[in-house]
Amino acid sequence: MKSYLSLFRIRMINGLQYRAVALGSIFTRFCWALMEILAFFAVHRSNGGSFGMTFSQTASYIWMQQTFILMYNVIDGDQEIEASVNDGSIAYELARPMNLYGNWFTQCLANRLSPTAINCLPALLLALLMPAPYRLSFPGIMTTALFLASTILALGVVGAIAVLMHITMFYTTSQRGVKIIGRAVTSFFAGGLLPLPYFPKAFGRIVRLLPFAATQSTPLLIYSGSLTGADAAFAMGLQVFWLAVLAALGYYAMSRTLNRVVVQGG
Amino acid sequence: MIEFQNICKTYRVAKRQAGFTNAVKSLFSREYETIHALDDVSFRIADGDIIGYIGPNGAGKSTTVKVMCGILTPDSGTCLVNGKVPWKERASHVKDIGVVFGQRTQLWWDVPVIDSFELLRDMYKIDDKLYRKNLDELTRLLDLSELLKTPARNLSLGQRMRCEIAAPLLHDPKVIFLDEPTIGLDAVSKIAVRQFIKRINEEKGTTIVLTTHDMLDIEALTERILLIGHGKILLDGSLEELKQHTSTDKNITIKYTGAAPTISEGMKMKESKANQLTISLDPHILPVSAAIAGFASQTELLDVSVTDISTEEVVAALYKEYHI
Repeated sequence: MKSYLSLFRIRMINGLQYRAVALGSIFTRFCWALMEILAFFAVHRSNGGSFGMTFSQTASYIWMQQTFILMYNVIDGDQEIEASVNDGSIAYELARPMNLYGNWFTQCLANRLSPTAINCLPALLLALLMPAPYRLSFPGIMTTALFLASTILALGVVGAIAVLMHITMFYTTSQRGVKIIGRAVTSFFAGGLLPLPYFPKAFGRIVRLLPFAATQSTPLLIYSGSLTGADAAFAMGLQVFWLAVLAALGYYAMSRTLNRVVVQGG
Repeated sequence: MIEFQNICKTYRVAKRQAGFTNAVKSLFSREYETIHALDDVSFRIADGDIIGYIGPNGAGKSTTVKVMCGILTPDSGTCLVNGKVPWKERASHVKDIGVVFGQRTQLWWDVPVIDSFELLRDMYKIDDKLYRKNLDELTRLLDLSELLKTPARNLSLGQRMRCEIAAPLLHDPKVIFLDEPTIGLDAVSKIAVRQFIKRINEEKGTTIVLTTHDMLDIEALTERILLIGHGKILLDGSLEELKQHTSTDKNITIKYTGAAPTISEGMKMKESKANQLTISLDPHILPVSAAIAGFASQTELLDVSVTDISTEEVVAALYKEYHI
């Protein structure tokens, strides 16, 4: 366990040192969120609020989503893992007394947590300072605590999906195709483009059960107040379920794959 | 103790001709070529030995090392390192070994070297006292004190390589695999690394498997050499034996003033410059003393040196002999 904590630590240190990246990302995310919120404002005004979410819930959803976007992102952020398979430095990882699944999973978590740790406070502050209907609203201590718990689970599910995706690199030399499909699927079905309550009813009911909803959708809907009580408990139960299933699947796939691994580049 | 028995490993490589049309064609059907990286390889290495593992590029050296490290699973054959099958008991096996891939880095690029070392300490669960002791010793021997606080990306290649070689020794491995540890280093760094490797072997009894293209590494370090080519072990013996096997010729270089001497039977001209002559001599036809006496009678000798043919030449001759 200590080795994983230590790996997590060094990955965090590694990620914490890029100030310009952090600033740039806060700025772009802020502009993006503002744009999205204005678009939703227009939609709500023309169609008197017959959606599954109110406008102010949607605004909170978007602010939190943009604040934690790097944490909920399945596809990007693990360049070192990709590079290690591509150029063969994976040889070193395999020569360590550590399970490669645990190693990668730990790195995936740290890669997402470290930029979020720098970005989230200033971004939240900006969102809280906005004028009334566009603002990020604070839902109370209990809901926030539930949101944090659900976010941790979401991070786990994101990591588990990311590792599964990285395992495909052992089979396909270039990961571009997998990434393009992965980006579309993980973002769309997780409510990354449109929150799930905006989906057509029947379709939305199915999408909520998929592992992708267990990533960003669940914590964001809990925070914005559109997922409460038994529904919230059920959604978090699904998060635990998917985390267990995906991690077990990844662990199995990894051990199968390593028997036929080829190290690139001599 | 390392035992390698009848190990085979093949790769399948997609091949295509150059050009756009062929690239498009290869989207639909591909031709594969099977490469026998290791073809029935067997050898045995005793504890505390230093082995030089040589062969031209693509001969199968790195594949052998990766099988011994448990990274690659061979197609067939058995291998035991310290009594364990590397690829089956990978996690417990790698605790007893250390490895340096000279062409890659194991240090975290953007953080100080010492952070990488501490991560290794936790990964290998090295006892704190042992870690301190080994770190102090390595710092002293490899002169690392200035380097430890520097991020790996800011180190020169020579500095980084010193850190790379220190890293796998922190956990006191029984066997260490060095895959081209002196690649790209300047003369001073090479000598420092060689001395260090020798010292670790003598003091700790660490078994060392060294693959390299630098014959001076081989000369300075190893008693026994394994030559591999086309995935097969071609020769196994000491450097002396290899030299005997190839040629017993001597190189004689003379400097002289006056008339240029002529060469006689048993000599072969290698190089002739103003007032300097290098020949190779077959001592079975003409003894060395007679050759020198012959030169002395023809001209005035200023300097004479007699050497065995160089290791480079031995290896080049071997590669040629085995068509590898």
